[in-house]
Amino acid sequence: MAREFLINSVLFALLPLTALAAYLLDEPFIITLATKAAILALAGVGLNIALGLGGLVSFGHAAFFGLGGYAMGILASHAQSFAPLMEVPFVIEGTKSMPVIWLVAILTSALAALAIGALSLRTSGVYFIMITLAFGQMFYYFAISWPAYGGEDGLSIYVRNGFPGLNTLDPIQFFGLAFAVLVLVVFFTGRLGRSPFGLALGAARQNAERVETVGVAPYRIRLVAFVISGAVTGLAGALFADLNRFVSPTMFSWQMSGEIMIFVILGGVGRLWGPVAGACLYILLEHVLGGLSEFWHIYLGLLLLLVVLFARGGIIGVLAGRERAHD
Amino acid sequence: MTIILLIEQVLNGIQSGIMLFLMAAGLTLIFGVMGLINLAHGSLYMVGAFAAAAVSAATGSFVVGLIAALAAAAAAGAIVEYTVIRRLYDRDHLDQVLATFALILIFSEGTRFLFGSFPLFLDIPAAVQGPVTLPGGIQYPLYRLVIIGVGLVIAAGLFALIARTRIGIQIRAGEADREMIAALGVDISKLYTLVFALGAALAGLAGAMVGAIQSVQVGMGEPVLILAFVVIVIGGIGSIKGALVGALLVGLTDTLGGVLLPPLFGTFMGAASAASVGSALASMSIYILMAVVLLFRPTGLFGEV
Repeated sequence: MAREFLINSVLFALLPLTALAAYLLDEPFIITLATKAAILALAGVGLNIALGLGGLVSFGHAAFFGLGGYAMGILASHAQSFAPLMEVPFVIEGTKSMPVIWLVAILTSALAALAIGALSLRTSGVYFIMITLAFGQMFYYFAISWPAYGGEDGLSIYVRNGFPGLNTLDPIQFFGLAFAVLVLVVFFTGRLGRSPFGLALGAARQNAERVETVGVAPYRIRLVAFVISGAVTGLAGALFADLNRFVSPTMFSWQMSGEIMIFVILGGVGRLWGPVAGACLYILLEHVLGGLSEFWHIYLGLLLLLVVLFARGGIIGVLAGRERAHD
Repeated sequence: MTIILLIEQVLNGIQSGIMLFLMAAGLTLIFGVMGLINLAHGSLYMVGAFAAAAVSAATGSFVVGLIAALAAAAAAGAIVEYTVIRRLYDRDHLDQVLATFALILIFSEGTRFLFGSFPLFLDIPAAVQGPVTLPGGIQYPLYRLVIIGVGLVIAAGLFALIARTRIGIQIRAGEADREMIAALGVDISKLYTLVFALGAALAGLAGAMVGAIQSVQVGMGEPVLILAFVVIVIGGIGSIKGALVGALLVGLTDTLGGVLLPPLFGTFMGAASAASVGSALASMSIYILMAVVLLFRPTGLFGEV
């Protein structure tokens, strides 16, 4: 435990220190990379609520990531063109304000997670994996074939959305914002894991029958966890779209779901800071290996294979020992 | 005119359903016998297509290309089973998903490394090129009819293999109780490799045959893989019969949805918005089908409870 706390503290300091160093050295690209890592980590933290705490292997979290992205894209594109989103029965205008966009992103992805979860959680095991994957694909094909918001080409937003009191166009300020959101959500997730709800969720993962006999319905707990998980990943999607000032159906693709899952696994399933470690490592690998070879995905695949076959519990598991590795 | 179009589209739907069946049958066998979820099945489909394209370009013979596709996919399947997959049987599904996801990355980038990013093309053999006239004056490509025929023969062969042969008995016994048949003296690890290679060969064959209609490129396997998952969920995991029924349902829904939905919406809304709403809904139709099946039968049409 003590070692894991130490590792978590190092991780907590690593990203802001990297960004700060890059700021002092005037390397905005590195700051952007750190921002990307923080945002992808947030998506992983979202998935980890379902995967780590609840044992729900969702292979469709790109659906929520993409919905968050499109919430930003659609609202900002309407604000950009001054065309209201909806006029009947009441007028809804687009917006360039991040808090509003985040709220919409969280609500839409939570709603989608409620619908997908309500259907998928009727099943378990392999069925659950395949069904979440299929629902993710459904959003992907919908985004491609729906021409109103760019279809296959996606949507570009010219200027990054604003946050009251900050200049989000400044890379270091935007990094600070993304990192603050990440820390807040990690803190919240830690509290959630130790709350009665989190304990019941963990118990339902370990032995659903036993939880049922003491009078707790696993289905409902899992559904709530799935909704929270989807909402967090949706928030990450909105931030990611703002980072790139671009949304496209790729955010919905099943590779995206796989990548979010890789962050969680590389770091260590069910560990609070696991996705943060995983996302940082992924970005680092992408940057270093991607510079070495065009075919860096081969090395990523080999590394992932080795981690799955031999290093169960991810990086944090290897560094901190197996005490809290997934069972 | 419209009825002819409809029949053509029904045939197209059956053709894509039959190819989906070849994919889904392998997946469902592998899951039924070994309890393994194999994401890399789409990569084996791709391996088959690339082997067929490369070999038939080199030899000029489509049949040799098909044989090469079967051999290459079966060999790739056996190698992967021997080196990686057999370590995963005792693991939970999460580990299986990740390890086979890693295999996809390796297969896809490896193929891109060998063949480049540009698609290859596989020509339809001259003997089965061109249209035939069906009763009722419908012109339909002969090659697609051949695909349906080959697929049906293989489906029949697969049912016979599982129902009538010694290996089929072992496979069914393996689905029922793995430990027991190992205890009865069946070499279980050899059986596993065999089943995996068989599933891989079916995927490779599907890839090669579809490769002649579409282009052969990296990443061609994954959309088919996900459709095959939908098929298995609808049909019920582990059931070959379910895979056949599910594959035809998905093939027909997917094809007919794209043709029928836009005009259907055109009857009560403007042509432009009907086209976009219709095509968007058509792209979602198979997932809606899956959701409906799940509502009534959470283990699929032919799945065991």
